[in-house]
Amino acid sequence: MVNAGDMNGSGNLMDFLDEPFPDVGTYEDFHTIDWLREKSRDTDRHRKITSKSKESIWEFIKSLLDAWSGWVVMLLIGLKAGTLAGVIDLAVDWMTDLKEGVCLSAFWYSHEQCCWTSSETTFNDRDKCPQWQKWSELLVGQSEGASAYILNYFLYIMWALCFAFLAVSLVRVFAPYACGSGIPEIKTILSGFIIRGYLGKWTLLIKTVTLVLVVSSGLSLGKEGPLVHVACCCGNFFSSLFSKYSKNEGKRREVLSAAAAAGVSVAFGAPIGGVLFSLEEVSYYFPLKTLWRSFFAALVAAFTLRSINPFGNSRLVLFYVEYHTPWYMAELFPFILLGVFGGLWGTLFIRCNIAWCRRRKTTRLGKYPVLEVIVITAITAIIAYPNPYTRRSTSELISELFNDCGALESSQLCDYINDPNMTRPVDDIPDRPAGPGVYTAMWQLALALVFKIVITIFTFGMKIPSGLFIPSMAVGAIAGRMVGIGVEQLAYHHHDWIIFRNWCRPGADCVTPGLYAMVGAAACLGGVTRMTVSLVVIMFELTGGLEYIVPLMAAAVTSKWVADAFGKEGIYEAHIHLNGYPFLDVKDEFTHRTLATDVMRPRRGEAPLSVLTQDSMTVEDVETLIKETDYNGFPVVVSKDSERLIGFAQRRELILAIKNARQRQDGVVSNSIVYFTEDPPELPPNSPHPLKLRRILNLSPFTVTDHTPMETVVDIFRKLGLRQCLVTRSGRLLGIITKKDVLRHMAQMANQDPESIMFN
Amino acid sequence: FYPGCEFLFPQASVMFAQCNRKCVSSVLLIALLCCILSPPAQASKSSEDIRCKCICPPYRNISGHIYNKNVSQKDCNCLHVVQPMPVPGNDVEAYCLLCECKYEERSTTTIKVIIIVYLSVVGALLLYMAFLVLVDPLIRKPDAYTQPLHNEEENEDARSLTAAPTPSGSRANTVLERVEGAQQRWKRQVQEQRKTVFDRHKMLS
Repeated sequence: MVNAGDMNGSGNLMDFLDEPFPDVGTYEDFHTIDWLREKSRDTDRHRKITSKSKESIWEFIKSLLDAWSGWVVMLLIGLKAGTLAGVIDLAVDWMTDLKEGVCLSAFWYSHEQCCWTSSETTFNDRDKCPQWQKWSELLVGQSEGASAYILNYFLYIMWALCFAFLAVSLVRVFAPYACGSGIPEIKTILSGFIIRGYLGKWTLLIKTVTLVLVVSSGLSLGKEGPLVHVACCCGNFFSSLFSKYSKNEGKRREVLSAAAAAGVSVAFGAPIGGVLFSLEEVSYYFPLKTLWRSFFAALVAAFTLRSINPFGNSRLVLFYVEYHTPWYMAELFPFILLGVFGGLWGTLFIRCNIAWCRRRKTTRLGKYPVLEVIVITAITAIIAYPNPYTRRSTSELISELFNDCGALESSQLCDYINDPNMTRPVDDIPDRPAGPGVYTAMWQLALALVFKIVITIFTFGMKIPSGLFIPSMAVGAIAGRMVGIGVEQLAYHHHDWIIFRNWCRPGADCVTPGLYAMVGAAACLGGVTRMTVSLVVIMFELTGGLEYIVPLMAAAVTSKWVADAFGKEGIYEAHIHLNGYPFLDVKDEFTHRTLATDVMRPRRGEAPLSVLTQDSMTVEDVETLIKETDYNGFPVVVSKDSERLIGFAQRRELILAIKNARQRQDGVVSNSIVYFTEDPPELPPNSPHPLKLRRILNLSPFTVTDHTPMETVVDIFRKLGLRQCLVTRSGRLLGIITKKDVLRHMAQMANQDPESIMFN
Repeated sequence: FYPGCEFLFPQASVMFAQCNRKCVSSVLLIALLCCILSPPAQASKSSEDIRCKCICPPYRNISGHIYNKNVSQKDCNCLHVVQPMPVPGNDVEAYCLLCECKYEERSTTTIKVIIIVYLSVVGALLLYMAFLVLVDPLIRKPDAYTQPLHNEEENEDARSLTAAPTPSGSRANTVLERVEGAQQRWKRQVQEQRKTVFDRHKMLS
């Protein structure tokens, strides 16, 4: 730091309060990093440490600490992510129940915790106890009747509105970057884009706090996507404590990839699934070393969450199921049907949601974010309360739908007609006819399905933290359970049909509707996000049943095929395109036959390329060039006649170097010659002192010839993470292709609007 | 305090953002101690923290029932928990085969601490938000910096004319002035973010 020397005794502690000095080598906001330079800087640093480690014991210890700092960062990230997830889970549990009533013995207990030690719970009403009172009981003393219902309804809506309003105000006042899911932006950041403040401390704090509020308010959204953002903020924070990661943007992104894995791991209780999710969905470059470290971070996070024990039974996720009833080959047909449903729903959701978000971006709807949140919350609360399946939190709904109906269940969904003489143990209940409760549950579930499908379209993308894993799984679980109950009843009433005769003997347990719910959830989630391996692994880690891999895979594969038939993009890629982030997707295939000349700038009829010459421009010329154009860098050529390429200079570094030179070096004036060679050029006597800028010149810019096919150029950009590439012909500089030009060209080839690629 | 201290850490971390080595290592040590000692640090379980829950389904003409009792894990079975036994002696075994008993643990201290810490953080943020929205504009009448709940396109011209405060050359030496400077910088950053997200809709749709 430049001015640290002349501080008085108040010490380095207060240095953080001063404005950070931008030094050469940092990047500006909304720019792309130079992956090759970051990699070479890290190699240099490592070589320096290794060579110094032979000098003394202290240097050797320092080199060991440097090597271990990666693992220490992973440990810290895992601890913090697990702790935050535990806090979020416990707080959501409590605040969700706060909408309905309060625990009189200790206000910080949720409904289930309040009645934990009570002996007044009954078999049919497992959560009844005198310590927990609904609001109507507390306020007017009645618990049944129309007035009590209306009072409870009204207070439910009031609490939901209060939480949502608080959440959107906090986001608006303190950390506007905390809204949305976070995964599209994290994907862009991990591909090399800089968004300052997106992974900052205030964003972390506000995202955690408001996530609890919005999930508790009953809105149709989940917390898994935002948990990835929270974990990446933790990753960013811990990597800034170690200079190995804070000074190198490339290494920092390795840490962020691992942090994303830890985030999914605590969201689902699935460490392996988390690592695969980070590999498949979020990360851009995923070296093998990161794989092992991500797994470590995910494990530490899962272990920390388990020791906080938010659900009181050493489970990590609310809907962990553990049954092992077998499935039959003939059931693959309904599973594939569920896959088709998942794919269709995914397509519908993506198209509608993107259309609605585009409307929010471009019309007057976007001017009222707070009002929009309040209206959607009010609509959700008003419609959700009467239906018991939407009144409770979505996680509880999924948990109930995944559960198998044994003799011990007493919920409405498990209201089967029991044979009174039956004395079989709990796991071996044969198929039974449905009682009236099941029929009621079916049409209530149908209404809930329609409601959830519609409301999630409007909820995802609002200016509050919102995820969509849980709503998608809920839609799929409802559809799956309904199909499962249908198949079960079909098998019971028509057990003499051919397909059922072989597998379903009367008095045997054939169909498990809970499994259909799981398969439906996986299908819908796959249809929306287009995850493949990570989805299957997350689902079977969620359920603990390796037997169910084949049905899950069948549904996931079918839903992906069906959804891909309508559109290639998942929801996150669609949002990236909507916002115009400069993200060059590794999954896109470029199959057109254009050449580099078709894409490079300048085109025919445009002004010629702005170049710097090796030793014939003055400081004033350079400054004028910088001021008149807004390019991020300039190629340096030998001279204007022979346009042979020497190197490439970045705009930011030119500005800083010239500013430094004017302040520090003697004799550098506007007429000084700027030279990029080793030795100063021949100058007439009495000319001002020349300025050497060779150190900021990149002597190895990437070049392609003008007849290089664009397919190769796109591949080079993707694999090396380039920002720009120069085009030459017979050694002479012709033009330049930047990453943005590549993205615009790809958008044009796909008939999208090329002007939608923003961010300079 | 123990699980919640990581939650407080984001704010405390601003203080230690650019510490020297010793400071960083001591902070890390505290963080590690905090988080490692906390979860398993349960020396004795109070009676509220453990239970054995036995669910017995309807049997013949007996309705279903749930029994809760706080016993240790080895005593968590039907014979110890289901009392009084609703069936006569020779039926007990058949009845108990249908019942399912599970041992469950929870930590009431953790729940209490986390909820109270969370509520205090929300309360603190609410107070700060009220301060920023209501009190601050009155104190700083000349600066048009803080109208966070309204759209800011109208203020853009006014703000572009005001000079940037405290250039990096001149150092304000007192701690209060430097905190002021940091707070102004933070507010400017948040305003930039707000413009990007809420007004220009450049990011996050």
